Amino acid sequence: MSETHAETVTFVRDTMLPPVLPPVGERGAVKWLRENLFSTPLNIALTVAGLGAIWWLVTASLPWWLNSVWNASSLGECRQIVAANAGEGATGACWAMIRERWHQFLFGFYPPAQWWRPVLSFGLLFAALAPVLFAGQKRNLSIILGVVAAYLLVTLYLASAPGLPFVLALVLIGGLLALAQMMPGRLLWFTLIYPALCFWLLWGGSIWSPIVAMAGFGVLYAVFRLASPLIGLAPAAGAGIVAAVLWWLYAEAPVVSALHGAFPIFLQSINSDQFGGFLLAIVIGVTGITFSLPIGILLALGRQSDMLIVKSLSVGFIEFIRGVPLITLLFTASLLLQYFLPPGTNFDIILRVIILVTFFAAAYLAEVIRGGLAALPRGQYEAADALGLDYWRAQRLIILPQALKVSIPAIVSTFIGLFKDTTLVAFVGLMDPLKGVTQIVRADIAWKGIYWEPYIFVGVIFFLICFSMSRYSMYLERKLKTDHR
Amino acid sequence: MAEAAKMQVSDEVAIQITGMNKWYGQFHVLRDINMTVQRGERIVICGPSGSGKSTLIRCINRLEEHQQGHIIVDGTELTNDLKNIDKVRSEVGMVFQHFNLFPHLTILENLTLAPIWVRKVPKREAEETAMYFLQKVKIPEQAHKYPGQLSGGQQQRVAIARSLCMKPRIMLFDEPTSALDPEMIKEVLDTMIELAKEGMTMLCVTHEMGFAQAVANRVIFMDQGQIVEQNEPKEFFNNPKSERTKLFLSQILGH
Repeated sequence: MSETHAETVTFVRDTMLPPVLPPVGERGAVKWLRENLFSTPLNIALTVAGLGAIWWLVTASLPWWLNSVWNASSLGECRQIVAANAGEGATGACWAMIRERWHQFLFGFYPPAQWWRPVLSFGLLFAALAPVLFAGQKRNLSIILGVVAAYLLVTLYLASAPGLPFVLALVLIGGLLALAQMMPGRLLWFTLIYPALCFWLLWGGSIWSPIVAMAGFGVLYAVFRLASPLIGLAPAAGAGIVAAVLWWLYAEAPVVSALHGAFPIFLQSINSDQFGGFLLAIVIGVTGITFSLPIGILLALGRQSDMLIVKSLSVGFIEFIRGVPLITLLFTASLLLQYFLPPGTNFDIILRVIILVTFFAAAYLAEVIRGGLAALPRGQYEAADALGLDYWRAQRLIILPQALKVSIPAIVSTFIGLFKDTTLVAFVGLMDPLKGVTQIVRADIAWKGIYWEPYIFVGVIFFLICFSMSRYSMYLERKLKTDHR
Repeated sequence: MAEAAKMQVSDEVAIQITGMNKWYGQFHVLRDINMTVQRGERIVICGPSGSGKSTLIRCINRLEEHQQGHIIVDGTELTNDLKNIDKVRSEVGMVFQHFNLFPHLTILENLTLAPIWVRKVPKREAEETAMYFLQKVKIPEQAHKYPGQLSGGQQQRVAIARSLCMKPRIMLFDEPTSALDPEMIKEVLDTMIELAKEGMTMLCVTHEMGFAQAVANRVIFMDQGQIVEQNEPKEFFNNPKSERTKLFLSQILGH
């Protein structure tokens, strides 16, 4: 090698070469086509076959979409219209069914006069989620709240909401918008009270029930604060929990009836069996997602714990729940749980289902998060220890932010799975949008025989929701990317 | 025994280790370690890999547990008492071979996290201290970047500054330059030399013999979990007593 020119002859470059473009075949669309579609004979064959399959699909289904009928009162009438327009034997979608029955897909048997309540809850859901999803980003928060305001204005009007709640809802959103401009951090307070507000809006009854129930957390906090200087943190937390449970068991009912007697503010009560469609799916899905994440984190930490009992309880819980199909758990919720509870207790079926769906997702999340924890280098734990951070601070400030970030794709997959699994509540007699409502529609003599349309309609809505979750998770990953690897 | 050990600790003693043994399962990693570190002393620990030198300094802030003997750091004995462990850890700074900065936090957040959460220093004050130490390790302009954007040498200097922000009385260095490119070793060593000049009590596991000659009061040579030889640097390098030390030095200085 020592004979090469550059090494044997002294060489100094005196003109620098300017950069030039790659050859035509190596750039732009030509390069892309060649590399991705026509690189080898096999690829060429696959490309042609793929194009053929797409062509076949489009030509086969296009007439069905193009001949769609929106105005008809039964499937038979739909078919007549298709035959009249496109000739005998032509196929066409019959969306008239959606036009007539959309409300059952959305609300189940929720009384029409009260539709404004789920509509309002749904709008406020985004107002409550925004401060969590876009913490501190004034611009995004304002956009979302603005959209919510517009949405409420239109939908509340369409659902003919009574005047007072209409005005109150808009005042509330206006207040939140103002808050977003001045102190975006404070918006989280609305997120905290939203569950109680949503519960009251959806199920109705006296406004005091959710308020007094939330006051239980206030009792917990007060007892904890008063007792912690006297008996230490952990026993104080225990005492707080006991006090809160006592409050819920014994104090809640009399306090509610007393307050209700004094200030009767109430909405018409709606029973759980009137819930259905996407109202039901979203109630179960959102609640399950919200509560399964913290439980999953605790289980994942518990599984890594040095404390034998904590560890075995976590492992036992995770393995048991993961080892049993969700439907089994749902049957347990609907049938068995009632046997174990004292006679006369009426434990709401939706609540029972939510609890088991939450546990189910939490067990999966725990394993996902454990994977994230395992992906962290040992040095991160050591550095946190060496700085004198105690266990919970190290977890909260150092370990979990990184472990959760690594796990975002898998966590969101679990959430999407949970949301789609809400359709399984059909098996315990609840009216999920996919099977429950569709069956009711198809049992109607007017729509008997309709097949694709309801499933496509439900599928599209599910897709929109799940796809948004997936896009949000990608946004979050990009936002949190700080490692510059 | 514990009482006796405590009695001997004067104000001048920073670390006292007596009759310390440690096992990994059946494997006897540290055997009967006895050692006293005076305040302001700068000690370099060297030895072949697997000799237990890292394990020894990791025992001093209880990243590793010892099974026998006593370790008293700054008048506090290390036992299973978590309070004592946290107390010692907040007094003892540690710098790791692989820096172990927190990649999800900016440099400034890396530096202020422990002062704010452990020492309860107000945020403003913690940031001022952090900037002071960043100034000192000569990278204040990097304060708002993330660790991943810095070179290895810069990261290690940030790691040193992070420890200093806790105002430690003792600093432990666990092979701080072993993961660095040759050109970056110097900038880290310079920072450490400056720290030594200010009278910080330092224990440093390193193979940088130049650093040992420049700043150490004492060099400790370990092999097979035991202290084989310790001496002043001059004596240690020019006139090693044990055969094992001679062999090690000939290998490490031979090229």
